Amino acid sequence: MLEIENLTVEVAGKEILHNVSLSVKSGYTTVLFGPNGSGKSTLLMTIMGFSGYKVRSGRILLNGEDITHLPVNERAKRGIGMMMQRPPNITGVRLKDLVRVASKGKVDIAKIAEELDMTNFLERDVNVGFSGGEIKRSEILQLTAQNPCLLLLDEPESGVDMVSIEKLGAKVRELLQGPSHCAGWRERSGKAALIITHTGQILDYVEADRGYVMCNGTVACSGNPRELLAEIRKMGYQECIRCKLNQPNLVVENVASEG
Amino acid sequence: MASDEERRAREALRKAARFGDDIDLEAYSEGSRELAPVGSLEELPEDTKTTLLDTGIVPSGKGRAGNFLLMDNSVVHSAVMGEGVELMPLSQALKVHDWLKDYVWKAVRPDTDKYTAETYLENADGYFIRALPGAKVRMPVQTCLLLKDRNTKQYVHNVLIAEEGSELEVVTGCTTSKGVEKGLHLGISEFFLRKSSKLTFTMIHNWSEVIGVRPRTDVVMDEGATYVNNYVALKPVRSIQTYPTAHMNGPDGVCRFNSVAVAHPGSVLDLGSRAILNAPGCRAELISRTITTGGTVIARGQLVGNSAGIKAHLECKGLILSEKGVQIAIPELEARVPDVEMTHEAAVGKIAQDQVEYLMSRGLNEEDAVGMIVRGFLDVGIRGIPEHLKAEIDRTLQETDVRRG
Ligand SMILES: Nc1ncnc2c1ncn2[C@@H]1O[C@H](COP(=O)(O)OP(=O)(O)O)[C@@H](O)[C@H]1O
Ligand SMILES: [Mg+2]
Repeated sequence: MLEIENLTVEVAGKEILHNVSLSVKSGYTTVLFGPNGSGKSTLLMTIMGFSGYKVRSGRILLNGEDITHLPVNERAKRGIGMMMQRPPNITGVRLKDLVRVASKGKVDIAKIAEELDMTNFLERDVNVGFSGGEIKRSEILQLTAQNPCLLLLDEPESGVDMVSIEKLGAKVRELLQGPSHCAGWRERSGKAALIITHTGQILDYVEADRGYVMCNGTVACSGNPRELLAEIRKMGYQECIRCKLNQPNLVVENVASEG
Repeated sequence: MASDEERRAREALRKAARFGDDIDLEAYSEGSRELAPVGSLEELPEDTKTTLLDTGIVPSGKGRAGNFLLMDNSVVHSAVMGEGVELMPLSQALKVHDWLKDYVWKAVRPDTDKYTAETYLENADGYFIRALPGAKVRMPVQTCLLLKDRNTKQYVHNVLIAEEGSELEVVTGCTTSKGVEKGLHLGISEFFLRKSSKLTFTMIHNWSEVIGVRPRTDVVMDEGATYVNNYVALKPVRSIQTYPTAHMNGPDGVCRFNSVAVAHPGSVLDLGSRAILNAPGCRAELISRTITTGGTVIARGQLVGNSAGIKAHLECKGLILSEKGVQIAIPELEARVPDVEMTHEAAVGKIAQDQVEYLMSRGLNEEDAVGMIVRGFLDVGIRGIPEHLKAEIDRTLQETDVRRG
């Protein structure tokens, strides 16, 4: 569904991503690990097409189509939806109005707001004065209305308290799997996700199929997400970096064999 | 024998106003004082009624406590439907109430500038509105100032008194008939808010590209009075310069000015609001939201703190949507005693690209995203507006061309 090919990206005149390649298959959930500042958010922002993230080389393909230079709304139209780590405040625009236009009138806004404990926020200005957890719930509310085929989630669990994380995790799962719990259904529905997680907590709620580790603006490693997470918890990211430096060819093969 | 006041007015006839282009008063013909009365606002031509609706005026008068219509320089309609309120032409009120002479030209000085001077010397008529002591007037009074003739100079002199403990809402809609080629509106408004009274005053300007507008408004507030001023100017106009001022003379007064305006190409809007806090415990909040799609906006604001324990905030924010547009924000704070809390916030600039793209990531195209942000931006300035006016203003906002030029 999504192919990132040798992507090099510059932000504010500085190269942040170097030759990044990865892929997300239709119906699969992929997680992206990596220490702070490694370029995870930059990658997602670039996939969504925000200006300020300048692609210097490489391509982004969505279902075979080169979307590297499409405007943001065209990417949304093709089914990409993103939860931003730090979305902007939009003073004067009420959340319910944004949710309504995102849904194109197709969903029961009151109901999904209720499910996410966001009813009281519908009349509030988008993100203005929202706490970290409230921003996540608001983003999921908007994404639920939008119902994208490819979900880009930037640290969905950070800043969210234990009670809310249940609801949030359930909603993400529902977005990916629909009403069914069967992995086969998810694969057939074609919904895919690329989820950034710093802590790996979200893996308690969604079934992930593949994991990548980013370090210093490159993909350091990829593999089974649970195994990667266990390794990172035990050894820290330092070990991933060291490992990559020692076996560069192995990682390249690893990426190449996915195609 | 000419009074001292009259002599000073004569001397001020050539006195340019402190702000705004100097308009040549000779270039306009005086509007008629002889237009025939209309039995009801419903008798007006359809297109005029439509523009009235845009300014919040309901031609049927339904849900209103009073109707008043000044056409050019003639009061053609004045009717009271509600209780607890007086409404009549000022000329008539001066005959009915002997004491009224102690109010007229006491808030606005006739020699302020050439516009006030000429309005004074022309003995202009306008509305007289009075909320009786203790009266909570349930429905708003609506007043409409209409420019009708091809080339018209309109003088208006309004006096409003909210007596002790009264509550009143007034909606004023200003508009222009089709076919007007050149017009000038000079409007003097003197409002007196007696002890513990409350006035919500909403003025909607819907003039046209050919009209110059010079309102002069002073509001005198006694102890515990509350004044809410909403000003909306979303349609094209040639030039407006106004700087309404609240004189908060009694303790614990509260005033709020909310202004929203759009400067279309060719429009020059010089809009200010001022609160002079003269007594302890007074509070003031002046909020303006302006955008330019090619015209010029000067957003002024001034807070003057003359008494201890006052609190006031001033906020001017402006968006520039076109290369040709100009935004000038001039906030002023003036404190004359140490124990005051006065703040301001001013910002002008273009619309934030990260906001536009955030909405685009939810599927909106660029134009719709910009529209939503701009309308939201203006909406902050009209949140204090009475509920019954919201739908009309929202509709006007939806129709306002806010594309980036
Ligand atoms: N707008 C920006 N201007 C300058 N540097 C930036 C900007 N955005 C991100 N960076 C830098 O790019 C690097 C990667 O950031 P980011 O993608 O947010 O990392 P992560 O999400 O993995 O924590 C960091 O060093 C960060 O400081
Ligand atoms: Mg990040």
